[in-house]
Amino acid sequence: MTYITKPKLHHPSLVKNQVGYTRRDYEGAISTLCAGCGHDSITAAIVSACFELDIEPHKVAKLSGIGCSSKTPTYFLGNSHGFNTVHGRMPSVLTGANLANRELIYMGVSGDGDSASIGIGQFAHSMRRGVNMVYIVENNGVYGLTKGQFSATADKGSKSKRGAVNTDDCIDLVMMALQLGATFVARSFSGDKAQLVPIIKAAILHRGAAFLDVISPCVAFNNHEGSTKSYDFVRDHNDAVNRIDFIEPRAEITTDYAAGSLQEVRQHDGKVLRLRKLSEDYDPTDRIGAMNYLLQRQAAGEVVTGVLYLDQDSQDLHGSLNTVGKSFNRLTEAELIPGSAALEKINATLR
Amino acid sequence: MVKAITNTNDFVVKFANVNGSGSASANELFARAILRMGVPVSPRNIFPSNIQGLPTWYEVRVNEKGYLGRRGGVDLMVAMNPQTWAQDLRELEPGGYLFFDSSKPLPKSRFRDDVNVIGVPLTEICNSTYTDVRQRQLFKNIIYVGALAALLEMDIPEIEKLFGEQYKGKEKLLGANVKALKLGYDYAKEHLQCPLGIRVQRANNVRDKIFIEGNNAAALGCVYGGATVCAWYPITPSSSLAEAFIRHCQKLRVDPVSGKNRFGIIQAEDELASIGMVVGAGWNGARAFTATSGPGISLMTEFIGLAYFAEIPATIINVQRGGPATGMPTRTQQADITACAYAGHGDSKHVLLFPEDPKECFEMSAQSLDLADRLQTPVFVMTDLDIGMNQRLCDPLKWDDKYQMDRGKVMDYDALEGGKDFGRYLDADGDGIPFRTYPGTHPTKGAYFTRGTTKDRYARYSEEGPVYVDNMQRLLKKFETAKRLVPAAIGRPAKQPTKLGVLYFGSTAPAMNEALDAFDVQGINVDAMRVRGFPFGEEVIEFLEDHEQVFVVEQNRDGQLRSLIMNEAATDGSKLIPILHYDGTPITARFIIGEIAEKVAILKVTPIRKVAN
Repeated sequence: MTYITKPKLHHPSLVKNQVGYTRRDYEGAISTLCAGCGHDSITAAIVSACFELDIEPHKVAKLSGIGCSSKTPTYFLGNSHGFNTVHGRMPSVLTGANLANRELIYMGVSGDGDSASIGIGQFAHSMRRGVNMVYIVENNGVYGLTKGQFSATADKGSKSKRGAVNTDDCIDLVMMALQLGATFVARSFSGDKAQLVPIIKAAILHRGAAFLDVISPCVAFNNHEGSTKSYDFVRDHNDAVNRIDFIEPRAEITTDYAAGSLQEVRQHDGKVLRLRKLSEDYDPTDRIGAMNYLLQRQAAGEVVTGVLYLDQDSQDLHGSLNTVGKSFNRLTEAELIPGSAALEKINATLR
Repeated sequence: MVKAITNTNDFVVKFANVNGSGSASANELFARAILRMGVPVSPRNIFPSNIQGLPTWYEVRVNEKGYLGRRGGVDLMVAMNPQTWAQDLRELEPGGYLFFDSSKPLPKSRFRDDVNVIGVPLTEICNSTYTDVRQRQLFKNIIYVGALAALLEMDIPEIEKLFGEQYKGKEKLLGANVKALKLGYDYAKEHLQCPLGIRVQRANNVRDKIFIEGNNAAALGCVYGGATVCAWYPITPSSSLAEAFIRHCQKLRVDPVSGKNRFGIIQAEDELASIGMVVGAGWNGARAFTATSGPGISLMTEFIGLAYFAEIPATIINVQRGGPATGMPTRTQQADITACAYAGHGDSKHVLLFPEDPKECFEMSAQSLDLADRLQTPVFVMTDLDIGMNQRLCDPLKWDDKYQMDRGKVMDYDALEGGKDFGRYLDADGDGIPFRTYPGTHPTKGAYFTRGTTKDRYARYSEEGPVYVDNMQRLLKKFETAKRLVPAAIGRPAKQPTKLGVLYFGSTAPAMNEALDAFDVQGINVDAMRVRGFPFGEEVIEFLEDHEQVFVVEQNRDGQLRSLIMNEAATDGSKLIPILHYDGTPITARFIIGEIAEKVAILKVTPIRKVAN
């Protein structure tokens, strides 16, 4: 895992956001992934989302597991703390980190190998606990670093580059996230920046477990005919149910897609997410409806994208645990240690 | 005429019960009542890995001198479980006493000729007093406590006082319990010869001591040590530690104004996740711990290796049980020494602390949080089932209100802003311990990427040989520093100068103390040292150098501490004589005395005193 530092010099006329940073300040080292890798597009989308949301880069903690996708936190937010953990275990480390300091934004980056195989347990439990985070799976259906084995999200019947046919059923992490109680579930495509950037922004602003499945083609091992995770296949079978039009009170999102009716989803903190419906019957606040729709479209061979579910009254782990507002890592002796008098009282009950 | 054991304030009572019959609280009442009479007791739960129906025992050693180790042998058996009758009977010492429910007549063949039989028709008394089935069962336990009180000359008012404390505000229950107690007491007084040859006499040897389980004390230690995050997965015998932490936090750690919690406790999906959460919280600057047992350690090993190499504080309390594999989940051992000292693949080693009793569970758990922060590495508190799940008499817990958490080397905003050179893995002070930063500290300085892969002094990824070696050597230097920070071993010299030594640790201490007293009386001179931490400090090395033969007493099959000494203290194994007890029961003074006395004889060691003469 080598990396190359990007030169920090930039043109003085670069636009700064409201917290005084240019877009370049959200970048990291130069990517060492293959040219054309979908993951690099997601990295760029994360950079855009953080820049546009006026997030101070150091207020983000980025955590990952092991794999191509898990390498990407090196390539964005170079002034943020990052943690490349162990395979499939990003969710638990992120959960602990989040408990320690609730004031940061947590970005968990994982892949299909990392989350749908070894890490499926931790993925599942972080969803049901409602850890406040953005959990992005950069999903290419293949093991890249070990050169082209099927992953657990590869569709049954899809073909590997060497021509082998996958005989196992696939794991759909979006369906799982919905079933497990994630309060924000979306799917997007690394080749559709216009859809992806607003979704990442909405996920960051969401309180609770926000799960993003981003189909991200592997140009080296899974971009051929017979693959269902190739650029061509996803473009041809993309059933986008909605587009984010507007997140209030933050940034207006200018998009260029076809008109559709508008749906406004107001969240607990007053934020309004305005969605432009592309599929008229789709209601992203209806968990059961979303699951039904996904199953139907999946059976038809389509890849459903967009904000698939959003719980307006979401709660996060800190809410469930009723924790104090001050971060644990700043609590002092006076706030944590009951002292000798309290201990004497305890001693007295033990005689 | 059957011989009868006569002893005051020095005997063992064992209760044989059926799991789930409500006997536990009655048995504890018995033990506490003796404590209230100023006589030290040391009870042990012997229980199966089961919820209901299987046999369970509660063994109480009554000992005025305050020896708290298991003695071995039984003087009075309260045989309440027909299923284990034969086995329980066998365990009685000749001249011992068999207390049983005589409601149904038993043939003579079911008894032993050399024990004294005490029958009380418990079922009959219950059935004629109570109509409710549950009451019949629960009060049967209290009735036998009442009868025992008469037989052993225990103070009834002390027991009534204990009831009063237990049922404060529940007068109905209080009255019912006192009534049951009296039923047993009066029956014994009227029908049996009271007291027996063994009896309790008021003394003043308990004083201000407290009676507490090690797991409870360790949990309190975590509260006082400032732990805010606990992530755990239920596993015997550690579950009660996390549960005690929950209870203590609910009482001691809730913000009085907002009602919000200054703690976050997660029952994780498995041990992989619980240690992952601890590592994540430690990375982000919160004090975090997990409690587990052997099988959990196996599962956590990958993360422990990461925390070692990425240098992240983590406290792991290992309440050891019998291994390997699922092993003996409800029995005690000290058999995870190697697994913990070297957890992880590649070259890795870890700091271990060995508490001897609940008091040290409290102190070392608190201290482990300091050490983890100071050394930026996993720290293990190596307790075990014998200390963890049994109430043990120990000195009261103490706290110094001047205590300040040692957060270790953390570079803050001002230091970064002031231009201090930050290298996450840079040995800035020559002690092998680098500085770290918490995420979010400074907008442009101090951020770094944490990884399990190799890196240079500035946390930049590198696979270059010299860079790797540089980092690995610094980790060794840090381990050297740890030698000065872990609790020092405590020595107890023999009465006469000797070239014989004995090393021991953890829950072996009470049995060892008793054995050492016996050696003093017998004129066997052995210098003793109780190891309290790993890596071993100078005092342990000197002790090894100063003695020609050193017994290493431990509760595992392979002599794991002995191996660790050979490995880490460069000691010739031929001078280290293993004394090993590993059948799952706590080690006894009888065992240690027997083994060491025999080996001393084989060694033909002539006491120096005689030579001098």
